[in-house]
Amino acid sequence: MQFIRTFFSFINDQFLKMNWLNNIVKWMFGDVFGLEEGTMVYESVTFFFYDVVKIFILLSVLIFLASYIQSYFSPERTKKILSRYKGIWANTIGALLGTITPFCSCSSIPIFIGFTKAGLPVGVTFSFLISSPLVDLASVILLASIFNWKIAFAYVIVGLVIAIIGGSLISLFKMERYVEDFVMQGVNPSSDVEIEEETMTKKARVNYSIEQVKEIVARVWVYILIGVGIGALIHGVIPRTFIEQVLGDDNPFSVLLATILGVPMYADIFGTLPIAEALVLKGVGIGTVLAFMMAVTALSLPSIILIKKVVKTKLLVMFVSIVTIGIIVMGYLFNMFDYLFI
Amino acid sequence: MEIKVLGPGCPNCKKLLKMVEDTVEELKIEASVHYVTDMMEIANTGLIGTPGLMINGRIVLSGRVPSRLELKERIQAKI
Repeated sequence: MQFIRTFFSFINDQFLKMNWLNNIVKWMFGDVFGLEEGTMVYESVTFFFYDVVKIFILLSVLIFLASYIQSYFSPERTKKILSRYKGIWANTIGALLGTITPFCSCSSIPIFIGFTKAGLPVGVTFSFLISSPLVDLASVILLASIFNWKIAFAYVIVGLVIAIIGGSLISLFKMERYVEDFVMQGVNPSSDVEIEEETMTKKARVNYSIEQVKEIVARVWVYILIGVGIGALIHGVIPRTFIEQVLGDDNPFSVLLATILGVPMYADIFGTLPIAEALVLKGVGIGTVLAFMMAVTALSLPSIILIKKVVKTKLLVMFVSIVTIGIIVMGYLFNMFDYLFI
Repeated sequence: MEIKVLGPGCPNCKKLLKMVEDTVEELKIEASVHYVTDMMEIANTGLIGTPGLMINGRIVLSGRVPSRLELKERIQAKI
């Protein structure tokens, strides 16, 4: 047992947390460039380089693996699987499939129309649309790398619960009424063209995964640099007392503030992780930090504008409110029970 | 042969369209290539993941941009 534990923690430290990289960066700037440990510049610069390199390595590997798995779950297949379930089960499966189906916010409209056309309840589609950006394999492993496995696991559960409850509430209140008319009228339920069973070869899957890595890295690298930059500033420059006053546990509005700040922001989860990391190091509660991350990834102005095209204001407001309230409640709960996670 | 590229105008859809046009030219085949961007028209084919590739009324690719070689093979298979 002891051996297994040592082995696992070695893998965890060297591959996931990349302690070797931290040592190299510290050696580079401390010994080679002669920066003094503990100064603002040293703390900011080492944080920046360690995080940038770590995130890009992990991101590339993880996107590759995730894409390979995803190549077995096309949205068309998801639609087929989903139409077999009813009630809260459909919401649960929708939320689960949301975590593995390839998704970018630009495809939320085709998915919305396609699912509706297949006769899926609007609530199930929303369960899918909420969990899809919120939870995915790559972000979970990165969370485990930066924090620990307990937090990563809790994040997945909470993300899924918000997606399931959110979608179920939308079904419960019969919000189908508030889908834009053209979606309902324009669809022709029996017009599906035959989709030839995609026989992707192993080579095609590998090729697809490599393309995904290139595409996603090309899309998110700016956000990662900005995110790590902000994280480095928080880590090295901004005084601890200031952060504690605004976002610390003593401020009863910390979670609320973090959520409201995060909602309109558009960034990838990979860009928000370094900010979250720096905030936790400065003593901000884990619930506050998770609330910020979830708010940034689950909701953003661009995605809200896209969804507005297919639903009426009432449903849009309900969707945004449910997710926001869910995140706030989750944040306070995590802060209350943080001794379980750290 | 009738080839349709389905996609609402995302970068990947345009990339696939360009690749299809290049391949048709390279293979020197008689084919009409259309680019379908109307969201309802796309949805009514049953396709969800874009870009999609439709050859002679059947969807042969969905949700990804294939390699040039794979695209060539898929088009050749339909000649």
